[in-house]
Amino acid sequence: MHFSPPFAIIPLSSTTTVTIGGKRNELKGSDVSIEGVSKSFGTFTALRDVSMVIRKGEFFSLLGPSGCGKTTLLRIIAGFDDPDGGEVSLDGASVLSLPPNERHVNTVFQNYALFPHLTVFENVAFPLRLRKTPNATVRARVGDYLELVQLSAHADKMPAQLSGGQKQRVAVARALINEPSVLLLDEPLSALDAKLRQHMLIELDSIHDKIGITFIYVTHDQQEALSVSDRIAVMNAGQVLQIGTPHEIYESPATGFVAAFIGETNMFEGTVASVEGTMVAVDVSGLGRILVTEDEPPAAGSKASVVVRPEKIRIDTERPAPAKRTDINFLEGSVDEPIYSGSSTKYYVRHQSGIMLKVIKQHANWSDEGPEIEWKDKVYLSWSADDAYLLGAS
Amino acid sequence: MRVVKGMGFSRTVFFLTMGFLFLPLVVLIVYSFNSAKSMSWGGFSLVWYERLFLKERNVWNAFENSLIIAVSSAAVATCLGTLGAIGVNWYKFRFKKYVQAVAFLPLIMPEIIIGVSLLIFFAGIQMKLGLLTIFIAHTSFNLPFVFLMVLARLDEFDYSIIEASRDLGATERQTLLKVILPVSVPGIVSGFLTAVTLSLEDFVITFFVSGPGSTTLPLYVYSMIRFGVSPVINSLSVVLIAGTVLITILARNFLKYIAQK
Repeated sequence: MHFSPPFAIIPLSSTTTVTIGGKRNELKGSDVSIEGVSKSFGTFTALRDVSMVIRKGEFFSLLGPSGCGKTTLLRIIAGFDDPDGGEVSLDGASVLSLPPNERHVNTVFQNYALFPHLTVFENVAFPLRLRKTPNATVRARVGDYLELVQLSAHADKMPAQLSGGQKQRVAVARALINEPSVLLLDEPLSALDAKLRQHMLIELDSIHDKIGITFIYVTHDQQEALSVSDRIAVMNAGQVLQIGTPHEIYESPATGFVAAFIGETNMFEGTVASVEGTMVAVDVSGLGRILVTEDEPPAAGSKASVVVRPEKIRIDTERPAPAKRTDINFLEGSVDEPIYSGSSTKYYVRHQSGIMLKVIKQHANWSDEGPEIEWKDKVYLSWSADDAYLLGAS
Repeated sequence: MRVVKGMGFSRTVFFLTMGFLFLPLVVLIVYSFNSAKSMSWGGFSLVWYERLFLKERNVWNAFENSLIIAVSSAAVATCLGTLGAIGVNWYKFRFKKYVQAVAFLPLIMPEIIIGVSLLIFFAGIQMKLGLLTIFIAHTSFNLPFVFLMVLARLDEFDYSIIEASRDLGATERQTLLKVILPVSVPGIVSGFLTAVTLSLEDFVITFFVSGPGSTTLPLYVYSMIRFGVSPVINSLSVVLIAGTVLITILARNFLKYIAQK
């Protein structure tokens, strides 16, 4: 888990005694394999030839802008939609011929989809009641899962009496009580406000840790995906652009779209001027020569884009002392727009050539001295060739 | 209470409207207790109620007919309309839009046209006019009301509760019985009550498709009036008003109870 919350963690595990699941690292759930799945709605192609393998017990996110096909893929796994072609299998066995109720997969819906005529308790008990489970067992199991989502006190309420976050928890408990091997979550937090979203995200993560089954999490929010996922598939226009850990996706995006969609980025198109070992010099019109290190450098003369994250760029009011390093890029410019957001400030810096760069400066602590950078200030930008990367011409 | 000044006009309109709506009913109720047969007041009496309950056998026969037709046609229309609404809400199929559009037709079609067309139809298939033809006619014009009321109720809920039910392991049948029907109960109940009311009061369509021995209450009342207004009609009307009010209050409380649950 790549996870360092910028807020207080509510110690869920220490305040509740839950008799569900086992130790972490004991991987449960199923492998989900998706091979060449395609789906069109009329003339709109929702998915084209999508393939991926989701490992047992993984917290896997499908990330992409709305309309990228991520929800369609989830609905195909759940069995609500049939693909036009391709294969979906759980632990190697195809599930495409099974109706939703026979797949060992449960869904947490975006709008909760709680049954309005049943109490919280009966909503969670619904799957058990279908199987005519004895009352005592139902009471015990539902009790456990309500405790897991911290809703024991609200068991007798109707869904209409609950807040958004509470409804979400009921939906999670209800989806888990069948002990599915895969839990599908369709933008489960999108209807909650920012603060609650953070909180629920941690809870989901801790539930995943306890239950240990495969989670497939659909979201358009890159921050959510980065903070809880083991791996992420970035999708756009019905295609998978990259699958990797949050670190891989953020630090070495496969395409310009991934770079721009995950976090903020500066991207300059240019031509490779020279290559020395892994050090590549790229001529960018307006900015001049930019140094980038690249393990598999392109040939000189080819087109390439230099990508550098805003937080990798250092911003100073005085030119930093030229150290003995040769891998530092320097640019000069003036602050066009400082955007203060509490723990950090984002600066839009205009280079002499007119090119705009985004720079994020983290507000550190007492050791972070120096005058405040303000609007119209002349500033020096610098970053290491190691912190930038190259994307091939696309 | 807040006293609003300068509300003279609205207040006047309000009281005029209420008077216009309810004064005739008040007059009717008062005259049902009149001992005289004419419109002049002859003193308080229950003589017309006595006549109604003890002597007017035909009224009660007609009422019985009406009740049988109302309840049976409303029940059948409720079953068919509910299933239709669930089908339209649940499944995607060809001509779905046309089905929904056609369902509205009987609501806007003049009753006289429905009546005439049903009469021609029954004559065409040589069906003897009687209670059965009235039942068929009432079922057919009640159906869209139930259909639309249940559909409106189902539309309030996201389709995803159906998917959730399937996702959680319910078969289509279980989904129908455990999710869709319970959720639609308020729509089904109001649809049924509306159907009963519409059927009880229908005159025009019934007039075309009734035959000998199948007189309903509205038809009988009309035939009574043709021979002069009998004060028995006043007392009968009061009984009907009382019954309607009672049923309305019960239905309201029931729906309120459901809504709170």
